Amino acid sequence: MGRLIVRRLLLIIPSLLLLSAVVFLMLGVVPGDPGRVKLGPYAPASAVAQYDHSIGYDRPILVRYGTWLGGFVTLHWGTSWNLNVPVFSLTMQRLWNSIQLALVALLIVVPLAIVLGVIAALRRDGAADRVITVSSLSLTVVPEFVSGVVITVLFVVFLKVFHYPPIPPPGADPFTRIYYLLLPAIPLMFVEIGYIARMARAGMIEALSMPYIRTATLSGLPRRRVVFGHALRNAMAPTVAVIGTQIGWLVGGLVIVETLFVYPGIGYLIYQSAIYKDFPVLEATVIVVAVIYMLSNLSADVIVALLNPRVRFGR
Amino acid sequence: MSVLQPTPGGVDPLVGVPVPAPEESEQVLRRRYVLHTLRRSPTFLVGLALLLFWVFMALFSTHVTRYGPYAIDPLHSFAHPSASHWFGTDEAGRDVLSRTLAGSRTVLVIAPLVTLLCLLVGGGIGLLSGYVGGARDEVIMRLIDVVLSLPVIVFAIVAVAALGHSVPVIILVIGILFSAPVARTIRAASVAENQREYVLAARLRGEPPFYILTSEILPNILPPVIVEGTVRLGYAVFTAAGLAFLGLGVQQPSPDWGLTISLDSHYLQTAWWTVLFPALALASLVVGANLIADGVRKALAE
Repeated sequence: MGRLIVRRLLLIIPSLLLLSAVVFLMLGVVPGDPGRVKLGPYAPASAVAQYDHSIGYDRPILVRYGTWLGGFVTLHWGTSWNLNVPVFSLTMQRLWNSIQLALVALLIVVPLAIVLGVIAALRRDGAADRVITVSSLSLTVVPEFVSGVVITVLFVVFLKVFHYPPIPPPGADPFTRIYYLLLPAIPLMFVEIGYIARMARAGMIEALSMPYIRTATLSGLPRRRVVFGHALRNAMAPTVAVIGTQIGWLVGGLVIVETLFVYPGIGYLIYQSAIYKDFPVLEATVIVVAVIYMLSNLSADVIVALLNPRVRFGR
Repeated sequence: MSVLQPTPGGVDPLVGVPVPAPEESEQVLRRRYVLHTLRRSPTFLVGLALLLFWVFMALFSTHVTRYGPYAIDPLHSFAHPSASHWFGTDEAGRDVLSRTLAGSRTVLVIAPLVTLLCLLVGGGIGLLSGYVGGARDEVIMRLIDVVLSLPVIVFAIVAVAALGHSVPVIILVIGILFSAPVARTIRAASVAENQREYVLAARLRGEPPFYILTSEILPNILPPVIVEGTVRLGYAVFTAAGLAFLGLGVQQPSPDWGLTISLDSHYLQTAWWTVLFPALALASLVVGANLIADGVRKALAE
């Protein structure tokens, strides 16, 4: 088990190297140079050249990549061209904002989706099952900004229960912060709910069809005990796996949701740095997102393995 | 194909005896069964109706609506929904209903082309990778893992920021990114087929690899290819709309839904109708595409 984790962790490194090179190369072919973007169309060419020299942009791309890579590994992520602040602290601060938002969404949607999936499985092919399956899947496939807009019209314009934009006032207590974060969290929850509920339903249906459930039922255990004590635990493995992969979806969703609600998270930072061609920030944020994505996939695999007794106790 | 091939129901030209009309082949029966299931699947039919509605509107909306999607009327900007403007008007006084109905055009050009592209590229890579196997297969799969290690929308933002946003670039970028998951699915299906007798027989006959891949393996893995295609269509709408919303797609004054929602979300609190109706329209198209995918998947799985 430990060997497997180490091997997978080591596999992440070449993937990240390749990814960073691809992104660097892509940004390297962009027409126009940062000096021109920064100083505007009327700046003299000499000033542009001087600016490019000062940030090292006039060197060959391979040299720049090497320098960048060395700096990145030693946590010297350079300075944002656009905001003139260190990239590392900027990225981490925005990442923390995003994590708060994602946590609010996940802590609500995961239990909710599992409960809905289990209810659907217990009422298989009944009316409740159909309603839950169709509505949760429909919510999932709708883009985040679409559900975000509809939710905002409903809750902000008509019902007036949430604030827009959802930025809590500085120094607000944790509960107020969570309350503000609920509005942007809802579209994120929608995107997550369908797959988690579907996997919980499928896992539960499969677990309920196992011989040990029949044995438990026939030996006279109450239904509740059978469902929650025996089936649920075994039904959770595929669900956990899908939650792990959904973390990646969540990051993609954060870009859209944070842009819609002008929320200062890492998704909005990626979007802004792409628009303003702030490449040190863009490169760093993209790698951070990829690391999160890969680690969440890995941890999902590990948790699935741990939930499976055959793997947990060694084969 | 030989000219001496016996025609079913006719006379075998070599032996001179009547060829019995063969039992309908398993494939034909299967296809008929799938079509039969689809015709009775409410999921599929509702999805198809929604998609066809938007295709119709993309083609003919200007003949149906009272106002043109670009016709401005600055004296009546931000008019509330009323009898003359059912969905109200936007900041330039343009009729929101007309723009909403015309707004499907860009997405319905981009999404099918993306689907086609990723099926061709991803399907080709997957088939080939599964067929050659060994180290080359391993390298291709690791490269695909790299593409899959980033959310599509993030990769697309970087690529579109670097290459500029025109419709062909968007189709190319999303199509290539979607090729990775398609390749993975198709490879899994083709690896399973590779060891079957009919593939070995074709190899022994000395058929060229291209023939084996396209004429022997491909017809046998058509169900997962079709399912993947319908699923990708929904994702393509989702992603293209997302890019348009981020301002990385078509530009003003296009009535594109994603773009409209992005621009008019500033007026969310004062003129909600400018945003709500394009949002609902986009939602209906995405849900429609996914209902089709769900119906097709179920019909092919049975």
